[in-house]
Amino acid sequence: MSNGWLGTEPWFGLPLADLWFILVFVLFGTFLLLDGFDFGVGMLYGLRRDEAVREQLLAAVSPFWDANEVWLVVFGGALFAGFPSVYANLFSRHYLLMFGVLLALILRGLSPELIEARSGARWTQFWQGAFVGGSIASPLLLGVFAANWLIGAHQLQWFPGLLVGLTLCLLCLVDGVAYLGFKAPSLRPSLPRYGTRAMVGYLGGVVLTLGYLYVVVTPLSSVVFSPIVLGLVVLSIVFAGVYVVALAREQYRIAFLTVASLVYAFIGVVITVMHPMVDRADGLTVSEAIVSPLALNLLTLVTVAILPFITGYFIVLYSIFRGPASSAENY
Amino acid sequence: MLDPVIASRLQFAVTTIVHIVFPVISMGLGPFLIYFTWKSIRSQSPVYEQLRRLWTRVFAITFVVGTVTGLVLEFEFGTNFAAFSSFAGELFAGPLAFEGLIAFMLEASFLGIFVFGRDKVGDRGYFLSAVAVGLGSWLSAIWILIANSWMQTPRGYEIVQTGGQEVIRLVDPLAAYLNPRFIWMFVHMQTGVVESVALLLAGIAAYQLSKRSSDDSGVPLWRATLKVSLVVLLITAPLQVIQGDLYARHIYHTQPEKFAAMEAIWETGRYVPEYIVAVPTTIEGFHTPDAKQLFGLGIPGGASWLASGGDPRAVIRGLDSFPTPHPPVAIVFWAFRIMVALGFWFVLLAFWGGVRLWRGGLYRDRLLLGALQVSAPLGILAVELGWIVTEVGRQPWVVQGLMKTRSAVSPGLSSGEATLTLAGFVVGYLALLIVYIVVIRRILNTAPPAVGPETGGTDQMEGIDNE
Repeated sequence: MSNGWLGTEPWFGLPLADLWFILVFVLFGTFLLLDGFDFGVGMLYGLRRDEAVREQLLAAVSPFWDANEVWLVVFGGALFAGFPSVYANLFSRHYLLMFGVLLALILRGLSPELIEARSGARWTQFWQGAFVGGSIASPLLLGVFAANWLIGAHQLQWFPGLLVGLTLCLLCLVDGVAYLGFKAPSLRPSLPRYGTRAMVGYLGGVVLTLGYLYVVVTPLSSVVFSPIVLGLVVLSIVFAGVYVVALAREQYRIAFLTVASLVYAFIGVVITVMHPMVDRADGLTVSEAIVSPLALNLLTLVTVAILPFITGYFIVLYSIFRGPASSAENY
Repeated sequence: MLDPVIASRLQFAVTTIVHIVFPVISMGLGPFLIYFTWKSIRSQSPVYEQLRRLWTRVFAITFVVGTVTGLVLEFEFGTNFAAFSSFAGELFAGPLAFEGLIAFMLEASFLGIFVFGRDKVGDRGYFLSAVAVGLGSWLSAIWILIANSWMQTPRGYEIVQTGGQEVIRLVDPLAAYLNPRFIWMFVHMQTGVVESVALLLAGIAAYQLSKRSSDDSGVPLWRATLKVSLVVLLITAPLQVIQGDLYARHIYHTQPEKFAAMEAIWETGRYVPEYIVAVPTTIEGFHTPDAKQLFGLGIPGGASWLASGGDPRAVIRGLDSFPTPHPPVAIVFWAFRIMVALGFWFVLLAFWGGVRLWRGGLYRDRLLLGALQVSAPLGILAVELGWIVTEVGRQPWVVQGLMKTRSAVSPGLSSGEATLTLAGFVVGYLALLIVYIVVIRRILNTAPPAVGPETGGTDQMEGIDNE
């Protein structure tokens, strides 16, 4: 059967490969925004001792986290399908790290289901610990992964890795605080305190990371000092200010929108710094690593067709459970 | 320290063998949940509402465990099989991406509503969420089986050189995705998952009924479970055997090496017998999976008859006629035999249960209830054995005729790292399975769960007292 209908040239010319590159990171950003507040809620769970508050925190994420985490699966799938060799190189290069990420995600995924599945203090404590630990370790290790990808490290580099990891943890905390403004009214008095501290830490992390890239990773110096990156950093600082004010005024919708802007600004920085490379360690550019035009056209067609539906599912899901979470789970 | 190739293969075997249990249960529960939800809305009997709640809880936990163990497999293609991923990614990864976008998104979004939203949406919305979850899980199977079946019967590709490396290019997506194996595999797998869950439910119901007195509050729930699952078994068990027979014939035509291994046929010939059992005739033969001196009891001309669809004189190619090394024959031979035997046992069980259901006396037939209990996990075992036939039987190839498994492993992987993660999975997955069984047992033993939110606590206490 002939497949003239998909063509053998990329649609809209070569930039389709670049668009797919951008899409891969936007998918990661969407994961970071949506599962980010799940992680942030998990961190706050570790800070609170009151069981009623903890139950409410758990209930705030229970119906959503699974759907949120699918964005990570889709990110992985899009990277693998668009840039198979990059997926293979990255995952095999940082072998043990990837299994660390898996362990963190497994513990975080299982624990909410298991905390109340059985009575017994040790059982409960273990899975509560796993929930908090998984919520911290997941963004931390994903940050280590992202940093090593960006700088093109052959051997795992822990300093920039942990720097980016901690920055992502703080972003998730910022995210979780804004989200809990909607979901956990009883926590509202303490949210500005958590949010402001986490936000200051996040901005510090971004500046330190960019400083490290500028000074240590010399091939990236010029792009770190480029107008786009500097512009995004300035925008992030403005958004951070708006976030802090919005939290203090209990305007959680605005706070959440600023978090979304911060997440995509972060992704914008990553895209700008990495492009045109997609795997710096192996010296692969986007146009070298992309799959054939036919495969790319097919991926694009399916993705463009399905994304409106996915948006619809998430609107339905979040609007059904809008408003404060009730701590009683109902099967 | 193990060789990285061996360790990666063992690790993939362990992680898939454990993972597949959960999608089998969740995909198989899908149609049951849709039915229970429908009946709970339409019927006045509280039993269906209890059934819906009970199996939704089981589904929710199974789905989560399936998600996290499935993520492991997606990662392993990159971490352990980087050479394969670079070589075949253009064809293999597309279906995986589509699984995420088309199937997983649908399933996971509506799962939130299905599990937590009964009192937030109306009957119609709730029923739709049940359908969306079930549909999502089955769509997932389509994409995963497209990826797997392409590795068995690759089509719609070409091999090109880029940067000094051979890679697969997609040239015809329809031919690649709807490759000859796909539909056989899909029908066999999906019939298998429904049959497996019917057996699981019937066995659990038989167990619960056997330890409860007839005036126990849980009896109506478990009787309903038993009846529904026997009806489903009556439909799926015969279908699976008939389709399985045709499927084996398809394998003979598309992967003759695998067929020869399934039947332990070494020399090409006519009137090839269908062995029921075959044992090595030398002591050394027991140490290797590929002993050639076999003493077999079988039906003369049976394998020829099966492969050709009715001709006992048909020629069958033996393993010795292929230039490539053969798969470990004994594993494939026995996995196939035990799977087929189980398939026939399920048919017998289905008719036995069907007669009791029709003529009465279902709940008094101790022997049947015992047989059902013993058979509860055997459907899942049969699925596992079927996959062992599929995956071990295609060795030494990872993609039939295109790439050998030993060339698929990540080139830079050290034996220390590979051994470490393998050990981690063996220990961790054992713990995971124990936790899963403990939690599911507790849910089942406290059934029926409360109907109506107010009485939640007390009913649950009653359940615990019954333990």
